[in-house]
Amino acid sequence: MSATTQPVIDHQGAHPLDDLIRTDRIPHIWCPGCGTGTAFSSCLKAIKATGIPYNQFAMVSGIGCSGRAAGYIKLDSFHTTHGRAIPFASGIKMARPDLNVIVFSGDGDLFAIGGNHFIHAARRNMDMTVICVNNLIYGMTGGQVAATTPSNAKTTTTPFGNPDAPFNLPLMAYAAGASYVARWTILHVRDLTNAINEALMKKGFSFIEVLAPCPVNYGRRNKQKSLDTLKLYREKTIIRNGADPARADIDFDRGVILGTFIDRDRRTCDELYDATCRRNED
Amino acid sequence: MKPAVRTGNHYITGDVACAEGAIAAGCRFFGAYPITPATEVAEHMAERLPDVGGTFIQMEDEIAAMASILGASWTGVKTMTATSGPGFSLMMENLGLGVCTETPCVIINVQRTGPSTGLPTQTGQGDMMQARWGSHGDYELIAIAPSSPQDCFYHTILAFNLSEKYRVPVLVMADEIVGHMSEKVVIPDAREITLVSRPKPKGRKDRFRLYEPGPNGVAPMPAIGDGYNVHVTGLTHDERGYPVMTVEAQEEMMTRLKGKIRNNLDDIIQTEEYRMEDADIVIVSYGISVRTGLTAVDEARRLGYKVGLFRLITVWPFPEQAIHAIAARVKGLITVEINLGQVHYEVERCAHGQAATYLVGDAGGKIIHPDKVVSLIQEVFQP
Repeated sequence: MSATTQPVIDHQGAHPLDDLIRTDRIPHIWCPGCGTGTAFSSCLKAIKATGIPYNQFAMVSGIGCSGRAAGYIKLDSFHTTHGRAIPFASGIKMARPDLNVIVFSGDGDLFAIGGNHFIHAARRNMDMTVICVNNLIYGMTGGQVAATTPSNAKTTTTPFGNPDAPFNLPLMAYAAGASYVARWTILHVRDLTNAINEALMKKGFSFIEVLAPCPVNYGRRNKQKSLDTLKLYREKTIIRNGADPARADIDFDRGVILGTFIDRDRRTCDELYDATCRRNED
Repeated sequence: MKPAVRTGNHYITGDVACAEGAIAAGCRFFGAYPITPATEVAEHMAERLPDVGGTFIQMEDEIAAMASILGASWTGVKTMTATSGPGFSLMMENLGLGVCTETPCVIINVQRTGPSTGLPTQTGQGDMMQARWGSHGDYELIAIAPSSPQDCFYHTILAFNLSEKYRVPVLVMADEIVGHMSEKVVIPDAREITLVSRPKPKGRKDRFRLYEPGPNGVAPMPAIGDGYNVHVTGLTHDERGYPVMTVEAQEEMMTRLKGKIRNNLDDIIQTEEYRMEDADIVIVSYGISVRTGLTAVDEARRLGYKVGLFRLITVWPFPEQAIHAIAARVKGLITVEINLGQVHYEVERCAHGQAATYLVGDAGGKIIHPDKVVSLIQEVFQP
């Protein structure tokens, strides 16, 4: 995977994404080998590429490693309670439908404690972009089993292996009604950036799952060194746009499908509210 | 659009009066989840809000309803939700986020009897201590208790005004009887209603600090899109709003959060007195139980006792000094509330041994009969 074509550092030492970063909050908290930073910078590039003025965006995060993204982005940004980023963001969107609302959070936050909010926002086609950094684990609390942890994987709370099955996130998003569903890994930076850009420009509920390594709390207990995870992303993934999300289970032995699963048009929650509830009695 | 203020004489329930008060106060976003006996607030808002340019959304649970009104508030809109016991419990975590991030919003709690599912259709005042400190951590907020549908209208406006002024969630602690009873409610002309809106920041945006207090201890609040690039977090934060994980930052933040309420008690606290001039026995009450107290005062006076009533409109922050001063000049204080002792212990604390304190409480489900108060007076006092 080649690096982005943009220069990473220019002569003055400024980063091309500095205008979107709270540089006074750097260094960030993410561990060496963590994938969240890569997903975050893809998100920043995608925001920049829209050409939309920055004050027309808001980012909302929940709690967890990925949830810290809201604290580093130089937009109106909200670091809320565990699992509740989506309903907080729904309040923003419905009160100010002209804003572009991004939810950036982790798999534990969005799909365990916050799972109910996810399916209802998708059902309503709430016009927002939800980016889920899926590292298969609760990272910030030290590596406990998540709703996305593969069966049999070792975590601090599944010391004998995970007895449960994980969620298939693209299938859930599709079944609940999302307008746009994609999955990439942090190794596929350009595809990921393009997908986030597409999602931002798409009207309706957009969901992007980003597979990201957690070498400290997942890899260490499951015989995956930092580069091993990236090798899996390169060798055991299949890019197949338009694939059936029912086949999107994460099983690196069989191969993990990446790409855009769903891209469909449906009226959004705010459009339907206006059309249904605002009576014109002129 | 239809007029926001329905000026005139109405015969409506307390729940509907709360909704009309909210709309008159400028509330334009309501995050709902149905629950008895507060559902009618949501139903009325669902019908009214679109016609006044507002937005109603029924969320998937009370956690989401509370989260939605916080998010919506940061767009610069006045926001509200309404609930009862079980839903109030579910709102507690995000209520704390509202306190910590200084987000104005109003929560109506039409109380029923608990614990747990309790008596869903019957009255109670058992959530008063939960209103005080039900979310984790130490904090201050404001809670108001209406005694009638007319109060529901005005107290909801008061709640919005205090919430906007002090950037704090404000609770309207109604109950099933006040919420469901119909009475005459007079809605004045819009010009006669005083409205307060959160202060907006002025000056250079690059020098802006999100929580830099103004003269009354409250920071001006920008809206999303104003160009201030705010960062809002429930982590302990400094005046910039940035997370700072130190005990010093915690102390500074707590001083600000508590100070803006504690240093403005005279402006916040409202009470009312009835036949207190010569009273040596004082009934302390709030909400629906004030009506028990008023009748008990008249009845006990007929029997020769010098009884008065001290009504808490604002229950939190508690009118500590007023209770302390009353206790210094009376024989006894009787708290009347539909629980088995919550605000009573606050009265006892503030009386500080200067006067005897008594509770006329109830396990819940019914209004307390005035005879119960009069009997206690006859039992322990001489006329």
